[in-house]
Amino acid sequence: MANKNIDHILELSNELRWQIGDDFHDNLTEGIYADAAQIVSDTVQVDNSKKRFRLDRQIDKVVTSKTFGFPIMFLILATVLWLTIIGANYPSSLLAELLLDNLHPMLKSGATAIGLPWWLDGFLIDGVYLAVAWVIAVMLPPMAIFFPLFTLLEDFGYLPRVAFNLDNLFKKSGAHGKQALTMSMGFGCNAAGVVATRIIDSPRERLIAIITNNFSLCNGRWPTQILIATIFIGAVVPESFSSLASLLAVIGIAVLGMAFMFGVSWALSRTVLKGEVSTFNLELPPYRPPRFWKTIYTSLIDRTLIVLWRAIVFAAPAGAVIWLISNIYIGNESIAAWAINSLDGFGFLLGLNGVILLAYVVAIPANEIVIPTILMLTVLVTGIDGGAGAGVMFELDSMHATAAILKAGGWTLLTAINLMLFSLLHNPCSTTIYTIYKETKSAKWTVFASVMPVVLGFVVTFLVAQIWRIIF
Amino acid sequence: MEPKIKSACETCPQFNAEGLKKLGIKTDNVDFVVALAGNPNTGKSTVFNSLTGLRQHTGNWPGKTVTRAEGGFEYNSQKFKLVDLPGTYSLLSTSEDEAAARDFILFGKPNVTVIVADANRLERNLNLVLQILEITDKAVLCLNLMDEAKRNYIKIDERTLARDLGIPVVPTSARFNQGIPELIHTISEIANGNIICKPHRIKNVPSNIEHAVKTLSIEIEKEFPNIPNSRWIAFRLLEGDTQIINALKSGELV
Repeated sequence: MANKNIDHILELSNELRWQIGDDFHDNLTEGIYADAAQIVSDTVQVDNSKKRFRLDRQIDKVVTSKTFGFPIMFLILATVLWLTIIGANYPSSLLAELLLDNLHPMLKSGATAIGLPWWLDGFLIDGVYLAVAWVIAVMLPPMAIFFPLFTLLEDFGYLPRVAFNLDNLFKKSGAHGKQALTMSMGFGCNAAGVVATRIIDSPRERLIAIITNNFSLCNGRWPTQILIATIFIGAVVPESFSSLASLLAVIGIAVLGMAFMFGVSWALSRTVLKGEVSTFNLELPPYRPPRFWKTIYTSLIDRTLIVLWRAIVFAAPAGAVIWLISNIYIGNESIAAWAINSLDGFGFLLGLNGVILLAYVVAIPANEIVIPTILMLTVLVTGIDGGAGAGVMFELDSMHATAAILKAGGWTLLTAINLMLFSLLHNPCSTTIYTIYKETKSAKWTVFASVMPVVLGFVVTFLVAQIWRIIF
Repeated sequence: MEPKIKSACETCPQFNAEGLKKLGIKTDNVDFVVALAGNPNTGKSTVFNSLTGLRQHTGNWPGKTVTRAEGGFEYNSQKFKLVDLPGTYSLLSTSEDEAAARDFILFGKPNVTVIVADANRLERNLNLVLQILEITDKAVLCLNLMDEAKRNYIKIDERTLARDLGIPVVPTSARFNQGIPELIHTISEIANGNIICKPHRIKNVPSNIEHAVKTLSIEIEKEFPNIPNSRWIAFRLLEGDTQIINALKSGELV
């Protein structure tokens, strides 16, 4: 039924619109409210004599107060991180023992038994299998702790309070207050954080939220931060303080990321994305005691396993690539060695090294495999004993062994600090880049969101390295 | 996972447990389409999950559902497709969420619209309910978060509420699966035409507006005899809503 003739209806409506005057919208809204009030007065009874002590309001007074709001936020963040760091240790080493120390040799001898050629065996078992096993061992335990804790906070109703606390800072940086929510989602996964920006109506502010979401340290990067902080930062203080020092270092990086988020938002809203800050309503919902086991179950199944699966899908080909570049020779150098040597000079300027830079190129699909790649490549270059052959990712029995390898590779405290900084400030992983493109539909902004953090990372690590070398 | 909590009704022999099958995301060849609308943070996604058996991510913050989620269930061998709309406070403004919710109820022509309301904040929630009732006459009010209302000593006379609104009212605590079987049954009754709703129409409007709306809706009904929401279209025309004007022209609304 196309193109009805409704001109007379439109004419009539125009005429009537003149008759009823300007306050039509207000009158209608008032009418609706009056109806609602009438219905409620007939049907709803509130027993005011039993008005309980309003716990919600009391909690809100504390967690959104000017004095305690921020300290409580950091305390909660610290607790979640601390539980994640401490709790992940044991299951991580258990998984590593199972998948790497026991299953891997079994697969290898199985491959020899059925007579697989050395290159296929290396490609599949040392490349693909080991990368996947590493990702599972390193990522699964912290995620299985972090995601449920985060979901519990979310279900309890804490996130809107975070948004309330941070609203002023976001407003000052020219961004939308709801960016606090997308930032929090980003701590789990940047791709999820980018999708969550749909709650922001204004296109300008949404774009800012998308571009700066990468400054939320995501789940793939927490393990890197934790490992490096434990080995290097924890080692410079007396042993009884070492876990506290490494925890503070990791929180420091996370907070630095938030500072960059505000700074870059501010810079964008003053330059290319100029505009007014839009106002919005954010309800502070009542606190709801989460249904503990159900939340644990669903966040394990839905969030943890989905993110893990994604990591595995990306890690498998990356493992293959690592094995290939370490085993394909051009002249008498493997591709990996050649790349590392050519990147070393640039790496030195940044207080990093060629190994780290190459690892970040290889690990674009998934940040999770940065550390294993670095270890593997370091062994390859230094030629020290401890690995399992060229291009083979491996797990070391202890933190000390990892530290020994890295130190043999010429690592210093500066390398460690700059690696932590660079892990915060580099391009988003490929999934996030793809998500940014899907959400913005703009190649220009996707490229900007991908390149800007790396450039920042280069600048920051360069400055830190120069200042460090002047002082020490 | 903890054992699934069964409400009293689910264990009652009257409850048709065999007739109910949660279909998850399998929603092809459906018999009916059901829209799920409501204010933000009233537990729409939780209702959605308990109806479909899906585990759409839920969280205690307004605006969490950013994409339109779809799922399905089968009841008495009829297939229902359920669409979880983003939460909105109103349908009168032009924000993206509200447009998405409004367009689906208007153009998607769901067979039933489930309006999820927070029993603790009924008055504010009714604002949206009354607007939706101007658009569609096949709706059920899911009065959710009844457990919280009980803790807050709020009592709601559901029968009077149902009579005033002219649609069925089902109290639920979706988190604990309470009232969901009744909700499913009611949805099915409305979809099959066994329950005929006589939705409340907004009354407290000044007489000159009421007169204008009436005059206009009579004209609209002359042109479109089967239209269920001529009054609402009259409201929109008086407001000069170009989208509605275009939809009327192209015949999309009928």
